[in-house]
Amino acid sequence: MSEHKHTPDVTVDARGAGCPGPLMDLIGKVKTADEGTVIELQTTDAGSKDDVPEWLDKAGHELLDIVDQGDYWSIYVRKA
Amino acid sequence: MQRILIVGGGTGGTVLANRLSTKLDDEIDADEVEVRLVNDGPDHVYKPVYLYVAFGQREPEDALRPLSDLVNPRVTLDVDRVTDVDTDAKRVTRHDGGELDYDYLVLATGATLVPEETPGLVEGGHHFYGPEGAENLRDALADFEGGRVVFSVVGTPHMCPAAPIEFTLMVEDWFRERGMRDEVDVHYTYPIMRLHGKQSISDWAEPRFADRDIETHTFFNVEEVDPEEQVLHTVEGESLDYDLLVAIPPHRGDDLIVESGLGDDGWVEVDRNTLEATAAEDVYAIGDTAAAPAPKAGSVAHYEAGVVAERLASSVHGHVPTETYHGKTICFMEAGMDDATYVSFDYENEPVMRDENKFVHWAKLAYNESYWLTARGLL
Repeated sequence: MSEHKHTPDVTVDARGAGCPGPLMDLIGKVKTADEGTVIELQTTDAGSKDDVPEWLDKAGHELLDIVDQGDYWSIYVRKA
Repeated sequence: MQRILIVGGGTGGTVLANRLSTKLDDEIDADEVEVRLVNDGPDHVYKPVYLYVAFGQREPEDALRPLSDLVNPRVTLDVDRVTDVDTDAKRVTRHDGGELDYDYLVLATGATLVPEETPGLVEGGHHFYGPEGAENLRDALADFEGGRVVFSVVGTPHMCPAAPIEFTLMVEDWFRERGMRDEVDVHYTYPIMRLHGKQSISDWAEPRFADRDIETHTFFNVEEVDPEEQVLHTVEGESLDYDLLVAIPPHRGDDLIVESGLGDDGWVEVDRNTLEATAAEDVYAIGDTAAAPAPKAGSVAHYEAGVVAERLASSVHGHVPTETYHGKTICFMEAGMDDATYVSFDYENEPVMRDENKFVHWAKLAYNESYWLTARGLL
């Protein structure tokens, strides 16, 4: 089980979002976080599973894991 | 005496104070309830006016009305700044007036611009989110002789998520009306992979931007502005030159909220339906202040204020509060200088997009005047 593998420094709860969207919430947090910060994005938007990795790839940050929590997903990210 | 303390006299705080003053009129008259509104200035500000200031169509003072003219006399109006919140003692401290105890606290302190968080943005960029910014932009647009106009969403979350699309379509049309469109390139940048946070709004904007020759840049997150060379640099490693930069600056909530432990970045963590703070008892947050998954928009503050007024009235009457907020949002959206559309959505339902027309544009302008009835709690 991977639920406890990553301990986030910061959690972004974007469940139910919504405008402007979980990815935007994550980007806002990544921009102000220190290098190496592990961020957990909680999202109920299935699209986040594609959008977030696509942006991380473009921006050069690390995707640690995507965990299905039942009624939402946790996407773990490390800021490069 | 039950004391309801509202901090912040923007749309949310003002509508709430007025709704409570009518719902609890008998209790207020009998000195059983006090509704107090504390604001750090004497005026209420209706921010949507500033978009029109940038195009020379309104004046900054059109956005202001004295709170004393808008707020029901049953509300105790207190012009002061709250500097500390102690949610354990249920007490706030004011800059001038000392301490105040409360039974129920509503935080409606709103959003503040922090362009200084992005290096070079203060020197290199314009915005229309305040009186000075809008006037400076008006003058810059009027003086602009041609070149590349870049509209960039730098900060998220930001007030009025419709504004980036509105401004871009308006400025394109404005240059066309002035006979300058051939001398101007219009560019639009957005942080995620589409043109707006909402898929349906992005799908609406995309063909309109293409038809009107507006160049778009997605996954574009500005890290730094070089005002000397007039270049944007992004966290994704891209660069974009500009001759005139108009940006949505980064936003923050009030420091008070961070210091009181109610939420990161100044946005109060709340239950998205009850709007009660998750970290303290008998504390609500509404409008831009609440970290609910709803836009930072006036209509959200307005509807949330209505919900919290019902909940507080229930609590005062000794009932269990049952009224809840479900993300209701309505936004007018200009599609140029003479056409507009509108969108409505909530937590569960995506916006249904409609073609723009002149009638909705007139409706938007008419609502901007009748807004003062909303602030009074009437509309």
